[in-house]
Amino acid sequence: MAQMTMIQAITDALRTELKNDENVLVFGEDVGQNGGVFRATDGLQAEFGEERVFDTPLAESGIGGLAIGLGLQGFRPVPEIQFFGFVYEVMDSISGQMARMRYRSGGVHHSPITVRAPFGGGVHTPELHADSLEGLIAQQPGIKVVIPSTPHDAKGLLISSIRDNDPVVFLEHMKLYRSFRGEVPEGEYTIELGKADVKREGTDVTLIAYGAMVHASLKAAEELAENGVNAEVIDLRTVSPLDIETIIESVKKTNRAVVVQEAQRQAGIAANVVAEIQERAILHLEAPVLRVAAPDTVYAFSEAEEVWLPNHKDIVEKVNSVMNF
Amino acid sequence: MKHVLESVESQFEMFQILNEDGKIVNEKDVPDLSDEQLKELMRRMVYTRVLDQRSIALNRQGRLGFYAPTAGQEASQLGSQFALEQEDFLLPGYRDVPQLIWQGLPLYQAFLFSRGHFHGNQMPEGVHAVSPQIIIGAQYVQAAGVALGMKKRGKKNVAVTYTGDGGTSQGDFYEGINFAGAYKAPAIFFVQNNRFAISVPVEKQTNAKTLAQKAVAAGIEGIQVDGMDVLAVYAVTKHARERAVNGEGPMLIETMTYRYGPHTMAGDDPTRYRTEDLDNEWEKKDPLVRFRKYLEAKNLWSEEEENKVIEEAKEEIKQAIKQADQYPKQKVTDLMANMYEELPYNLQEQMEEYKEKESK
Ligand SMILES: Cc1ncc(C[n+]2csc(CCOP(=O)(O)OP(=O)(O)O)c2C)c(N)n1
Ligand SMILES: [Mg+2]
Repeated sequence: MAQMTMIQAITDALRTELKNDENVLVFGEDVGQNGGVFRATDGLQAEFGEERVFDTPLAESGIGGLAIGLGLQGFRPVPEIQFFGFVYEVMDSISGQMARMRYRSGGVHHSPITVRAPFGGGVHTPELHADSLEGLIAQQPGIKVVIPSTPHDAKGLLISSIRDNDPVVFLEHMKLYRSFRGEVPEGEYTIELGKADVKREGTDVTLIAYGAMVHASLKAAEELAENGVNAEVIDLRTVSPLDIETIIESVKKTNRAVVVQEAQRQAGIAANVVAEIQERAILHLEAPVLRVAAPDTVYAFSEAEEVWLPNHKDIVEKVNSVMNF
Repeated sequence: MKHVLESVESQFEMFQILNEDGKIVNEKDVPDLSDEQLKELMRRMVYTRVLDQRSIALNRQGRLGFYAPTAGQEASQLGSQFALEQEDFLLPGYRDVPQLIWQGLPLYQAFLFSRGHFHGNQMPEGVHAVSPQIIIGAQYVQAAGVALGMKKRGKKNVAVTYTGDGGTSQGDFYEGINFAGAYKAPAIFFVQNNRFAISVPVEKQTNAKTLAQKAVAAGIEGIQVDGMDVLAVYAVTKHARERAVNGEGPMLIETMTYRYGPHTMAGDDPTRYRTEDLDNEWEKKDPLVRFRKYLEAKNLWSEEEENKVIEEAKEEIKQAIKQADQYPKQKVTDLMANMYEELPYNLQEQMEEYKEKESK
């Protein structure tokens, strides 16, 4: 096993699938010779040639449409959107078109596409480069939304996403790209989509998170443990569709839950998780299910970012109010 | 069946007035500028070059945030801005901060923009502009709207917008020029063709031989101009402006230029996609060198004068960064206050919560 950063694990997954399946194509703005602005595709064009790994003209809607068309020709496209804040430019291709391809054609066609994109905040990017828009995509039936929190998960989930015959939006938190290394098995392995992972077992309260907030939740859990509160941390890994079984099972055990997202509070993934819990397990709850989220403004530009982004202290505070309800 | 591509493309030639040696090659199109105006153009280009160097240094020291270098593009940026009137409306891209500054945005606000502070986006009275656009192409469609609005109001002004070679691939680019064409709206659309969109060379961006020719499909005038020649850029802009305010419709102007520096200061490494030979080839066309030669031959410019401008610029930049440092830091509650005219319940609650957090 090798120690890798998340970005290296992603490159490794792309390489694995480019080798495995000649129908896999990797493309986007600056992904060729430059290897992507975050270097996720570093060296792939040199290794697999410009036929398989290539730059596109600068147009996200073009990239989305190209992916759909290549999918219709039997390819397995893995386009990159340079920053997920630019997804609005390709919303029709993603939510209006690829998500509906199977339905519209009555199963004759499908869109075996994995749209990769960096997202999230905390790395001092300019306006519209940091965003958590997973909730926007999760509202669209017909598409899966996958968000890894570790290098190990990133590789396995990306391979599964590429092999999936339905469209997947695969979101990579920018802050996790290089912030730590983790064990990553060599060669191919998959992690089932739609399956959450219990990252820490506990008995008193369930923290449900994804992406960078998994790490904030784990940190909060450490702090809570010092005060005698034993938190379970669930990493959703796929935010649409949800792994409802793992969530409900845990809540039935702990009787308390806090849902954590980096995205703004209004609408979004956390609201959906809270709704599912109360519809399915209200009689098991000792306290209302609370949310930790960012405030309802646009993502803060670099200066106010630190106060704006939710952190482990906010989580501890919310857990305390759930415990003392 | 008649194929027209080749003949259409061959019509597009680069418009030039001053060659690389600072010699006039096109006497009849030399713009009517006074000696003072010529010197002012030079002063602005020198000043902006210093500003670029200082901005890069300040960014490396962590004192600026987002910054897209401008060296190499001075003639394209400042020659065009120089032809505008104060009441014209500017819709710049992220690299076009110099145009805003010369249109009247105080330097310290430009620095705050770089730091992501909203005050950097608050145009002062008399500066008719929106802050630099981050979403490539978005400014083009909006320019069509501003121009149509001006036409409806009977104003004798133009909407002026800028994008890059990469930007011409966006749907918004085509929509913008087509809408403005359909309404004969007074807009000037600039494409600053610096040959690269981050790492992607313009040859991979499109099969079109020129970017100016994209005007043809929209039914508007298009012209390619030497973007390292400040007189040519000025003359073309002046002409486009006159046509537009006379109701003759919008124009697309492709300026042939080059950015000497990295794409932005956020980790771009041009050696991954550009050769030193190409850099050298373009530095020979430098807009400052060429214009300096021209002015020196006319006895309008000297080394002392240039040094004076450089010192002035350095001093003003120093003052401006100080002023930016002294400006109150942006807070989350500032963001909240700017989301709606009237705060909805959720933001009212969060406002209280964050006021408390910020007071700690
Ligand atoms: C919609 C959108 N897509 C992608 C980007 C990321 N991006 C920023 S600048 C750039 C290249 C732009 O090239 P060009 O239009 O030639 O302008 P230049 O930077 O050369 O001035 C890209 C891809 C963006 N800001 N907005
Ligand atoms: Mg360019």
